[in-house]
Amino acid sequence: MFPARIWREIPQRYRLEANRCPQTGEIYFPPRLVCPEGKCVELEPVKLAETGTVESFTVIRVAPSAFTDEAPYPVGIVKLDDGAKMMCQIADAQIEELKIGMKVKIEFRKIQSDGKAGVHAYGYKCVPVRD
Amino acid sequence: MVGIVGYGAYIPRCRIKVEEIAKVWGADAPSYKRGLGLQEKSVPQPDQDTITMSVEATKNALKRGPHVDPKKIGAIYIGSESHPYAVKPSGTTVAEAIGATPDIHCADFEFACKAGTEGMFVVYGLVKAALIEYGLGIGADTSQGAPGDALEYSAAAGAASFIFGNDKVLAECNETFSFMTDTPDFWRREQEFYPRHGGRFTGQPAYFKHITGCAEGLMKKAGTEPKDFDYVIFHQPNGKFPQRVGKMLGFTPEQIEPGLLCPLLGNTYSGSSPMGLTSTLDISKPGDKIMLVSYGSGAGSDGFIFTVTERINEVRDLALNTRYMLDNNKRYIDYGTYAKYRGKILTAE
Repeated sequence: MFPARIWREIPQRYRLEANRCPQTGEIYFPPRLVCPEGKCVELEPVKLAETGTVESFTVIRVAPSAFTDEAPYPVGIVKLDDGAKMMCQIADAQIEELKIGMKVKIEFRKIQSDGKAGVHAYGYKCVPVRD
Repeated sequence: MVGIVGYGAYIPRCRIKVEEIAKVWGADAPSYKRGLGLQEKSVPQPDQDTITMSVEATKNALKRGPHVDPKKIGAIYIGSESHPYAVKPSGTTVAEAIGATPDIHCADFEFACKAGTEGMFVVYGLVKAALIEYGLGIGADTSQGAPGDALEYSAAAGAASFIFGNDKVLAECNETFSFMTDTPDFWRREQEFYPRHGGRFTGQPAYFKHITGCAEGLMKKAGTEPKDFDYVIFHQPNGKFPQRVGKMLGFTPEQIEPGLLCPLLGNTYSGSSPMGLTSTLDISKPGDKIMLVSYGSGAGSDGFIFTVTERINEVRDLALNTRYMLDNNKRYIDYGTYAKYRGKILTAE
């Protein structure tokens, strides 16, 4: 896990910074340099909503090495309230309580650590809204 | 007028009961509950640490300070004894996450359980000196107690964040005072995983001496006495010490109760008394006078006097209040899960 890669992705992983094509209105997350629809390169920065709904999910039971301690854990596709969709871990949720249509909010969490001596990678996960 | 313009707290969802820890070590749970004045404590999950909790508490502070542009926050100080890195600041990550970089001063503070109020103390001074427009003081910890030690029953996780400024102030800071001596009551040596402590030595010459010294000095400086305050918050290493030191100083249990979170939260170290302040602000009314006195082993106390303004009524409900987070959405875990979450199990690399 390279520190430079983590550093490059800080705007989207920490602050949910996306961009939008002024011609088509399409939101891209992670941000794109060129809109694939109209080939527009003047994309506008937008900050995504921090609440949304689970559109689909799966449960990872055989996890990649950095995540074996967390298995089984859910990963979902979340439609945010501004229409953008993202894939992320669903934290703070028991597997039996997961439902399509479940309301979630974004929380800042540790995503993974590079062994015992490497860097920590932080970013967004979603958690069920119970308030 | 300089004071708090936004505040917020964060408490992880998981809890472990005193009985669950006691049964593993063959200890008498009722004795521990009675002795510590504690029923359960918060536990961070593996993806929660001082940085993540600081970000969430600060997001809540920004909800209650909606006029604050993060780009105008000129300083961020996080007090903790569980910074995720030995070398690399926690504050840079929190500042990036809230969009406050790059024109900002940042430092991580350590002073056992009073590192959080140190951050508040310094940003208050910087705002008052007009060196910055807004400043963030954060207290957060995922504290550890050695397995089987008395500290394991209380060492908990949580964070509180305060934005200081001079416009739309919700609690004016009227006075500050600090009291400090070299007292080795609790420590953790370099490379050591768990802290050590001096047992009963942590009481009279440490906690009680410094809190009473700070509170008395603060009241003398401000020309006030206990009856002038609506609420008071002391550091909460357990559920009993704050009540006892309050009685020694002449405060009533009613003045202490709103900010006393420890019986259900545990000791969140650098977050402890700052979280008590968030809980007290949640129920305060304009005109209320609040005293806050922290304590950090080693040893010292920071004291503050705040007067709540009309602004509190506009912003109080813009974020979840601290008692709500403490009382709701809890998930109780067993000792095995707790040991895994807290890294107490030796695993192959």
